[in-house]
Amino acid sequence: MNEHSKIEKVGGCSDLPILKERGQREVFCGLTGIIWLHRKIQDAFFLVVGSRTCAHLLQSAAGVMIFAEPRFGTAILEEKDLAGMADAHEELDREVANLLERRPDIKQLFLVGSCPSEVIKLDLSNAAERLSKVYFPKVRVLNFSGSGIETTFTQGEDACLASLVPTLQETDEDNLVLVGSLPDIVEDQLVDLIKELGIKKISVLPGRNTATMPIVGKRSKFILVQPFLTDTSEALEKRGASRINAPFPFGEEGTTLWLKAIKDSYGVSEDKFEEVTSAPRKRAQIGLEKLRASLQDKTIFFFPDSQLEIPLARFLSRECGMKLIEVGSPYINRSLVDKDLELIDEMPLISEGQDVDLQLDRCRESNPDITVCGLGLANPLEAEGLTTKWAIELVFTPIHGYEQAQDLAELFVRPLKRKEALLI
Amino acid sequence: MKLSIWTYEGPPHVGAMRVATAMEKLHFVLHAPQGDTYADLLFTMIERGNKRPPVTYTTFQARDLGADTADLFKKACKEAVERFNPEALLVGASCTAELIQDDPGGLADALQLKIPVIPLELPSYQRKENFGTDETFYQIVKALACTQEKTEKFSVNILGPNALGFRHRDDVRELKTILSDLNVDLNAVAPLGASPSSIKSLTKAHANIMLYPESSELACRWLKENFDMPYTENTPIGINSTKDFISELNKIRGAKDGISDTSRLNFDWWSKSVDSNYFTGKRVFIFGDATHVAAASRIAKEEMAFSIVGIGCYNREYARKIRGLAKDLSVDALISDDYLEVEKVIADLQPELILGSQMERHIGKRLGIPCAVISAPFHVQDHPARFSPQVGWEGANVIFDTWVHPLVMGLEEHLLGMFREDFEFNDTAGPSHLSNSKGKVNDERKELEENEITWAPEAAKELKKIPFFVRGKAKRNTEQFASENGHNAITKDLLYEAKAHYAR
Repeated sequence: MNEHSKIEKVGGCSDLPILKERGQREVFCGLTGIIWLHRKIQDAFFLVVGSRTCAHLLQSAAGVMIFAEPRFGTAILEEKDLAGMADAHEELDREVANLLERRPDIKQLFLVGSCPSEVIKLDLSNAAERLSKVYFPKVRVLNFSGSGIETTFTQGEDACLASLVPTLQETDEDNLVLVGSLPDIVEDQLVDLIKELGIKKISVLPGRNTATMPIVGKRSKFILVQPFLTDTSEALEKRGASRINAPFPFGEEGTTLWLKAIKDSYGVSEDKFEEVTSAPRKRAQIGLEKLRASLQDKTIFFFPDSQLEIPLARFLSRECGMKLIEVGSPYINRSLVDKDLELIDEMPLISEGQDVDLQLDRCRESNPDITVCGLGLANPLEAEGLTTKWAIELVFTPIHGYEQAQDLAELFVRPLKRKEALLI
Repeated sequence: MKLSIWTYEGPPHVGAMRVATAMEKLHFVLHAPQGDTYADLLFTMIERGNKRPPVTYTTFQARDLGADTADLFKKACKEAVERFNPEALLVGASCTAELIQDDPGGLADALQLKIPVIPLELPSYQRKENFGTDETFYQIVKALACTQEKTEKFSVNILGPNALGFRHRDDVRELKTILSDLNVDLNAVAPLGASPSSIKSLTKAHANIMLYPESSELACRWLKENFDMPYTENTPIGINSTKDFISELNKIRGAKDGISDTSRLNFDWWSKSVDSNYFTGKRVFIFGDATHVAAASRIAKEEMAFSIVGIGCYNREYARKIRGLAKDLSVDALISDDYLEVEKVIADLQPELILGSQMERHIGKRLGIPCAVISAPFHVQDHPARFSPQVGWEGANVIFDTWVHPLVMGLEEHLLGMFREDFEFNDTAGPSHLSNSKGKVNDERKELEENEITWAPEAAKELKKIPFFVRGKAKRNTEQFASENGHNAITKDLLYEAKAHYAR
């Protein structure tokens, strides 16, 4: 189970002033990550041990119901479970038995902790161990916490991947691991580029199924594709792997610098790098050039959501010419986003945590051209005359890498264009 | 512990939010961890709400537990009252806060605020969303209603409409028209649009209209017991139920001759017209909240001449009502909030039409059975811009249209039966006015065969990774780009060149 420390951690460096707020937060909890993780890992089932609220959140956050029986569900705690703990474990065992009988295709079962299960101190790591003894090797049972009292939105994926790290097979190879879940098409693009650089031993965490999970050891290197993977990063380092530090692969520049960090780490020649990257770089530049005029000098305000905010702010300011007003992030791990922060020329207000009413006051006051915020705030702000971009779309859409650079910019262009186009 | 895949109802505090969001000048401080704020988007997205729900969440975190969650709650109350200046404050706890037992009511009392504080007891591990609406509205009424002089002329309150209710906004508008036809004055509508002050004056009315028992029965009963206000029990959804409702209201007010103008009603003639012959005996399955299911069952049987093969509801509180109705209809009643169980029953019964919530529409899609939505929970597409009530005469018209829309029209059905071998007009073709995915697949195949441009295997593989709904466009664009630039073979690089070329 995760330590109760995640939210308290603050950046290591103090040279950059960060506004730290502790008020009402308008953010998702870590359970939300299940929405994409259950599609990404195709033989896994995510069983949330929680309340009706958890089940309702998962269904509502998905926005629409997914057209299949999902590979997630909630074991809803009832009054009788709260009365005696021995009961709750027996009940859980029964639900797991039913589930695995109905879904024989499941090879990994994640027991996911929630706010209520944490508060009643239901020990899911113990439960996972017990159930693993029963079902392993057919099914591996793991656990992580996606509770709102410990995790914010994308930290759920971090907790999930961190729980996988100890299960990865040991190796002496000098392999490379890409860490973070991406849409399959984007993952393949990035892997192909790296292979073309001559690095063949490469794998991805999470693998698309149990059989393709990466192997890891003291000679392994890894690079993050998402900025929110603090615990996973630490868990991999504990296994002896070393992290390649780089800006995140958003936009042409971000993707190039990200690949360059890999290139430098492996001593790939400059010529080879040019040969592999020049064509897609050029495409990305052309794509972005077309959209730049729409975004140049437009001001932008980020409410905290996914921890993608700082790398995206870097992309929007440097490659699209946007002016940053405030960049809010639910949690800032300086060691992971330093390379992105270094590149931002005019430093905006960086805020960590949230006091939503105060932040709304600041947002209205600065009257940005575009506001990036969650679904709960978007329509109310639109009604006040602000133009918004749903933050969640940045998590659900392919935006990494060269071929998606223009798509990423397009996400910000569309609401502005719509505002212009509407004559009502 | 009970495994749930999809849920029909949220937790009870979401029910409380539905009442708070419907009202004006009321604020709700909810003791809850971060993440519970997801509930805001139900209102801002599904109902396209243009303001934030009037809810302050304390959003406590792990580090606050055992230390200062109570202080956090008090601070949130104080700040909310200062910032939003409400006439009354609701306080309550979500499922997690219920476990830490901070007693929101007591804490808020200790603050000695100058406005009424209404504490809510919402047992999250026993009850659900509909209970939350009913209980919250009841607590508000109980806390605020007081003796008032009755209006001179006979007047009523419409009780029950709230936020995220199925067509509540439009139902109120239709009902107002009917009341005005009957020359009955309307004293107040609540919770929708009501403020704490208008709750105080509910007792000026002579009677209450219990529009949706799910969200107003407790309040109606309490007002009857304590203020001697009778209430209507007929829900005016469907022609016959609307007539019964009018008679009931006339009886309460001691009038014999109150009639409502039915010249707006088309349903009766539409249903009698020859084209509707093909509805006769259509096998329908009805599922949703008990009130809408009961109303739909009567319409299906008496006003459409459908054959009902099964009914059910997800809100256990009204199980008895649905069981009784099922007995009268000689079908089984399904009382369940287990989506998989509902799916299984529908799969076994194989109805020709499902009347249900968005969950049943989802089931219908999977099983290939048409579905019309008659009940919450509903999707954003079931919250239309146009006036579309369920209640009253116009509601009946809307219901007729909505139910008929997913069906194959009368003569078309015969033609489909006669010419089964026709390659594009066969029994799998589906209604001609609805989209037909099978046709598209055929087109795609034809295109692939006819094309002279070849796709390199790696490019074809890449194309398959593009989401299906834009794949066709990506393919056409790439091929056009290839032919314009003199390429016969499409490589993966060319695919992305084309993508960059066509980017807006």
